[in-house]
Amino acid sequence: MLDEYFKQYGIIAIFAAIAVALPTALMLISWMLSMVKIRPNNPSEIKSSIYECGFETITERWNQFNFRYYSIALLFVLFDVEVVFLFPWAVSFGMMSVEFGAFVMIEMLIFVGILALGWIYAWKKGSLEWS
Amino acid sequence: MISIDLILFFIASSLVVGGGFLVVTVKNIVYAAFALLVAMLGTAGIFLLAFADFLALVQILIYGGAVVVVILFALMLTRLEDFKGLTDNSQKPLAVLVSLTVLTIMLYAIVATAMPTSQGDAISMIDLGVSLFQDWAIPFEVASLVLLVALIGAVVLVRQDEEGR
Repeated sequence: MLDEYFKQYGIIAIFAAIAVALPTALMLISWMLSMVKIRPNNPSEIKSSIYECGFETITERWNQFNFRYYSIALLFVLFDVEVVFLFPWAVSFGMMSVEFGAFVMIEMLIFVGILALGWIYAWKKGSLEWS
Repeated sequence: MISIDLILFFIASSLVVGGGFLVVTVKNIVYAAFALLVAMLGTAGIFLLAFADFLALVQILIYGGAVVVVILFALMLTRLEDFKGLTDNSQKPLAVLVSLTVLTIMLYAIVATAMPTSQGDAISMIDLGVSLFQDWAIPFEVASLVLLVALIGAVVLVRQDEEGR
């Protein structure tokens, strides 16, 4: 049981290690190539400007964002908490008997349904829209 | 002989301590928020080592994901000029005194407490799911009502604030 546990999370750990190592290695290689003068180094104003999907930047990097983003972030937190409950549900669902599984299915539908009410409320109140 | 789980624990706890240290020392508050994310992920690693994989999931999804996102969004609402006063550290001696006092109390409490060293088995997420949906079905549904109240509260608060503007 414990071996299985460590094996599963060992795989995740390998993925995490690759995720950290790859960008680090790319930056390191780029820096090393510039050390041996293979990578050219001609900085210009356009090159070092902020890249934002090809648009020209019109403000400083730190300007005040619209307040509505924050309400969306708050809604995101609440639905994130909902998603957390879906994980043990999804993992244990296949292990259940048919009758109990049907019960749990309805249980989760009620859970999601109650939260969908809140979502409809937020929608109707215009929290998800841009005026 | 240093076992592998001890090494993993030191990696995770150094993430927590290092991240927490950066949160309070870094001048740029956005970097501080990202350092907080590192500390949260380290805590998730410690939960994993304690065989609490559901707690690790909660830690990553809610604290590492949602809470840090909310902090960053809150920072996006502010202007840089609002933080000019941050470098003003006139209360530094008092802050050092208070934090050292709290540290002393906590260290004393940790050393004085006899920690239980149980070799308990891991509670898998399957057991947790069955228990949650069988024995705790009603509290689970009540949790959705609590979330609904929080959701409506968030919508109402934001709307009031918009009308006040």
